[in-house]
Amino acid sequence: MIYFDNAATSWPKPPQVAEAMMHFLRDVGANPGRSAHRTAVESGRIVYAAREAVCELVNAPDPLRVAFTANVTVALNMALWGLLRPGDHVITSSMEHNSVMRPLRALERKGVELTVVRCSPEGFLNPADVQAAIRPNTRMIVLNHASNVAGTILPVREVGHIAHAHNLLLLVDAAQTAGAYPIDVQADGIDLLAFTGHKSLLGPMGTGGLVLGPRVDVSRMEPLIRGGTGSRSEREEQPDFLPDMLESGTPNAVGIAGLEAGIRWVLERGVEAIRAHEMALAQRAIDGLRAIPGVTVYGPLDAARQTATVSFNIAGMEPSEAGLRLDEEHGILCRVGLHCAPAAHKTLGTFPVGTVRFGMGVFNTADEVDAAVAAVEALAREARR
Amino acid sequence: MSETYSVILVHSTSHAIRAEKVLRAAGIPCKMIPVPRHISSDCGVCVRVGRADVDAARRALEAAGLEIEDIRDI
Repeated sequence: MIYFDNAATSWPKPPQVAEAMMHFLRDVGANPGRSAHRTAVESGRIVYAAREAVCELVNAPDPLRVAFTANVTVALNMALWGLLRPGDHVITSSMEHNSVMRPLRALERKGVELTVVRCSPEGFLNPADVQAAIRPNTRMIVLNHASNVAGTILPVREVGHIAHAHNLLLLVDAAQTAGAYPIDVQADGIDLLAFTGHKSLLGPMGTGGLVLGPRVDVSRMEPLIRGGTGSRSEREEQPDFLPDMLESGTPNAVGIAGLEAGIRWVLERGVEAIRAHEMALAQRAIDGLRAIPGVTVYGPLDAARQTATVSFNIAGMEPSEAGLRLDEEHGILCRVGLHCAPAAHKTLGTFPVGTVRFGMGVFNTADEVDAAVAAVEALAREARR
Repeated sequence: MSETYSVILVHSTSHAIRAEKVLRAAGIPCKMIPVPRHISSDCGVCVRVGRADVDAARRALEAAGLEIEDIRDI
């Protein structure tokens, strides 16, 4: 079996992830930040260690400005609904996932003005187009760090400079990059970094978070959810400090324990080394697939400008059929269709049919890429008949 | 003479863990304990330090940008 669906969820996970979760369930178990007995404090320490690991990975200065969430979608909604008000203007790209597009379209109905900056057919964003879209009431720029469809990397740092020059907040959706591509929130000018734990951070599902930079004024932020935090229990109003104001209810501490182990594994291997490995896989897949008659590969076609996510189609075969046959006949697990990103597919010219997507990860090998390319070649040959 | 203590109250358990790390890095002995009931009805933890170390602890925490809610003798 060849697992090429890492862009949806990474698999396998390093053994340390399951071990950390077993340790939590078997030996710790208590609620972090609630009681004051020894296992509750130990649980709190495990969650805090994960905040520190996130900070180390993305060069964020303050572990208390990392709020954990169930996934990147919650983190994005938290930032968008928490900071945008009717009359504000927000700029985004045409390569966004629905985790950004759907909340933005809903906010638009509530009076937030939205500009979607058009990207090239490869998914590239011209920072000058972002600059040109800025209005007097622009408050935020929201950017996908890398496309979940074609892997295209967006120019976050250039846009960060523009955002700061105009005193705007930059919110980055790092679902496809955290753990797979270097992120430095300070050098990149990222004010709000939304990440997910279950992709390249190699943690379990149900983990993610929002990293808030010093330019985000939390006194102007509305929490999406309010409730018990274990702090200020005598008051019936939500705490106004981080992370508690954004972390109501018992967190997924067992998942966060696994997430910390995943991030530690990534830090030990090194993001640069992981990136180099994935770049080699991506270029091998791009070159192999492009050489097959009848196969169209989308996106940058250059591993240096994209993640290890490669989208393609086979002439004469629907993506759904290709996906089914890759699974059943070749043991290759990938994702087909629109990948929750209709805007990106419209930009790439693959809407409404979608694509076949190979999402490669740190545990994949060149041999697996070659086997997958050979399988696509066999399907393409049949489709030509 | 038996040692006397003060407790440093901070916003939450996360803050207490951060405070403990800052104090240990500054070489100030400390321990995380439940907030004594006569100080607050909150269910959280606070950081206990020797009374003689209170000023040094305050300086270390302020230098780290950690907000202190209160410091009380116990």
